[in-house]
Amino acid sequence: MLRFFVRRLIVALLVTATVMTLAFVLTRLSGDLAISIAGPNATQADVDAVRKAYGLDRPVIRQYFDWVGRALTGDLGDSYFFKTRVANLLAERMPVTLTLGIVGLLIALAVSLPLGILAAVRENTVLDRLVQMVAVIGQAMPSFWLGLILMITLGLRGWLPISGTGSWQHYVMPGIVLAFSAIPALTRLTRAGMIQAMSSDYIRTARAKGLSRASILLKHALRNAAIPVVAIAAVALGFMLGGSIVIEQVFALHGVGFLAWESIGKNDFPVVQAVVMVLAVIYVALTTIADLLNAVLDPRLRSA
Amino acid sequence: MSVVAIDAGPRRGWRSASTWVGAVIVGIAVFCALFTNQIVPHDPFMQNLGGRLKVPFWMEGADPAHLLGTDQLGRDYLSRLIYGCRISMLIGVTVSIVSALIGITIGVLGGFIGGRVDDVVLFAITTRLSLPVVLVALAVVGLLGTSMTILVITLGLLLWDRFAVVARSTTMQVRNLDFVAAAWCAGCSRFRILTHEVLPNIASHLVVVATLEVALAILLEAALSFLGLGVPPPLPSWGLMIAEAKDYMFFSPWVIVIPGVALFVLVLGINLLGDGLRDLFGARTDP
Amino acid sequence: MTALLEIEQLEVGFGATAAVRGASLAVERGETHCLVGESGCGKSVTALAVMNLLARGGRRQAKRLAFEGEDIAGLDDHGMARLRGNRMAMIFQEPMTSLNPAYTVGSQMTEVLRRHRKVPQSQAVDRAADLLARVGITAPGLRLGQFPHQLSGGLRQRVMIAMALMCEPQLLIADEPTTALDVTVQAQILRLLAQLQRDLGLGMLLITHDLGIVARVAHRVSVMYAGEVVESASTAELFADPRHPYTQGLLRCVPIPGKVARDSPLGSIPGTVPRIGPGFEGCGFRDRCDFADASCAVAVPRRQVGATHEYLCRLTA
Repeated sequence: MLRFFVRRLIVALLVTATVMTLAFVLTRLSGDLAISIAGPNATQADVDAVRKAYGLDRPVIRQYFDWVGRALTGDLGDSYFFKTRVANLLAERMPVTLTLGIVGLLIALAVSLPLGILAAVRENTVLDRLVQMVAVIGQAMPSFWLGLILMITLGLRGWLPISGTGSWQHYVMPGIVLAFSAIPALTRLTRAGMIQAMSSDYIRTARAKGLSRASILLKHALRNAAIPVVAIAAVALGFMLGGSIVIEQVFALHGVGFLAWESIGKNDFPVVQAVVMVLAVIYVALTTIADLLNAVLDPRLRSA
Repeated sequence: MSVVAIDAGPRRGWRSASTWVGAVIVGIAVFCALFTNQIVPHDPFMQNLGGRLKVPFWMEGADPAHLLGTDQLGRDYLSRLIYGCRISMLIGVTVSIVSALIGITIGVLGGFIGGRVDDVVLFAITTRLSLPVVLVALAVVGLLGTSMTILVITLGLLLWDRFAVVARSTTMQVRNLDFVAAAWCAGCSRFRILTHEVLPNIASHLVVVATLEVALAILLEAALSFLGLGVPPPLPSWGLMIAEAKDYMFFSPWVIVIPGVALFVLVLGINLLGDGLRDLFGARTDP
Repeated sequence: MTALLEIEQLEVGFGATAAVRGASLAVERGETHCLVGESGCGKSVTALAVMNLLARGGRRQAKRLAFEGEDIAGLDDHGMARLRGNRMAMIFQEPMTSLNPAYTVGSQMTEVLRRHRKVPQSQAVDRAADLLARVGITAPGLRLGQFPHQLSGGLRQRVMIAMALMCEPQLLIADEPTTALDVTVQAQILRLLAQLQRDLGLGMLLITHDLGIVARVAHRVSVMYAGEVVESASTAELFADPRHPYTQGLLRCVPIPGKVARDSPLGSIPGTVPRIGPGFEGCGFRDRCDFADASCAVAVPRRQVGATHEYLCRLTA
């Protein structure tokens, strides 16, 4: 078990290091950053000034190690556009994105667990097919478009606020849209896990013990079927945080995704590379946690 | 000793019906993409500021010359929709080809050679999965400028993971089968075994992945275009059409409903076809 | 007084296959009744049908299916659930997979008692520990807190047995409880079952394909072939005077000390159990039987030898 943990952590660290490098390389793709920052009407002198001011005149490799070294201490540099610390910007915007991600995940679980269980219990009936259809439809739904449709249906009638972050109601519509991206996978997984669990020998034992249907389904079958679902739910949260950029833009939620979108438009490279890195690190952390959770939930792995 | 009831009949019927629906949708889309210039009723780029936001045929006061109405610049919506289909299909297919080349190469190498090489392949897949696709694609396109080529290459570089995962696991299975062992014994070279024994046997799985990747690429392209960092205007990408029509959606909802439904139906069709092919081939596409 | 468990003319079908075709048998209070036959003859399906635990798609139908004199064929799932684990319990062939991997032994044992009796958790834990000790598990307190994967197959089967006894059932159905175990463990489990049956006065329906087991523990034996009980007798009668050609064939396959001469070859029955669909007429064994004639394809008479010995065959002696 300990070996598994250590191995898992080493991989997570290596991935993080690679991602940091990629985030750095990504922002150097366009060639000379100073020219982009100084803007189209800048003179050569302006560009040189910018280059000097942002330390872009040093060798790229120096810049890289400098950036990594500072990032490790939590210093992500200064934003060119917002004229403030990138770390502060992220700290300010992150709660919105995290709230959105968690609301989305909760909605997704609240929809896909019951649907998956229902479909498994009624396997091969009309109901099962309907649930599978929902999953297929969810997979084909463009999230930004669904967001707009909700705005002109629910929002226009005044049932829910259309944009902004004033209250919890502001998170309902974007949460629903974000949940849609995870519902198909979670529903399928729950259904498959429940079908497998329901045909297992230990469920036959549970039935032979005369347990109630609720206890058989929810205590004995779901507990085993839920193990992969929990792992995928953590991964799904990671994907949702990464995908929230589109939804934040649609609903004008000023989270990290919105920040990244603004920064890309403003050539604000320190922010862009920081957001890419932070979202990737969160993803790595979530998948690592998912693996550890898996081990805790499955007693067979715990003592291995 | 337990007997499992075999009850596949109705399911199979339902499945094949949905596969046919998918095939018909994809067929129509391919036709639109190939013969765009022959079937568009108007020039999709021709503006007519006098005839802006004409309503589609099912609404009161529609212009029979513009079945689906016109957009905010008076361009024929049906023509733009058909042209947009070509763009979606073009991007879906080319991105899928680029990512297939990368993913299959990586996956087959890892699965076939194993050992250290496989560790590196697994690491590459893990790293790739940890990168937020939309954000990275936006950043790259934002830095390098919007163009179809940059978009296709960027998405291709980001979407190879599923190809790699499936190619790797299926190659591993095939590698251990008897006929491959027989080929080794017959003195075939590694390259020959790869091209003559392994690839033909994992091809069906990869075809299924490819269909699903086309759908994913189309959705991503639409999202990027919607955010203004995908296909450059005035090309009528469906995502871009939705973005441009957004300001009018509260008063003329059809301007976003039409391209959105088209996008949804096309992606749904491709997915249905992919699911059908998966059942047909008995292919696995999960990690 | 009626028997503990009465099965008359039980039929079970899966799709177009008839798994059990009119099987009848009765288990008396406090006796071990062995149901023997080769794989696929419908033994396990009979047991599962009694418990109403058939896999999805299984249909059962019986002239009479009664437990302690009361009809159980008409009970709904809820009514059956009140009996199962309570007055009639079952243990299975696969101890490795029959316990839920996600819960401790203790939690799985106590939930049976708490489902059927109003007892506090502490009392249920005490009962579970007592029963684990009773089935020969040392350090029961420790085992209660362990997960199934931490136990060997033999231990798991003991846990299954202890769990089945939690509510002091009148009837225990054991479906090949030793088949999946090592030979040495098999003997231990069998001895344990026989001892528990005697001490607790259990009615036990023991399903097995092993005539050695039958000879050691059974009071009564029913021989099953192709979904029918072809012969039923007290153990002594069956071994001394088998009437059905299939029973005779089975007994020839087993070396019994004193009965089979040393160095003489053991017998075998040619062929395999046929797959029988609905509407099958006559004796299911006729294709493999040395004594079959044209009449075997039509109807098979039920014959009686004394009060407790019945068989299905045209042969009289």
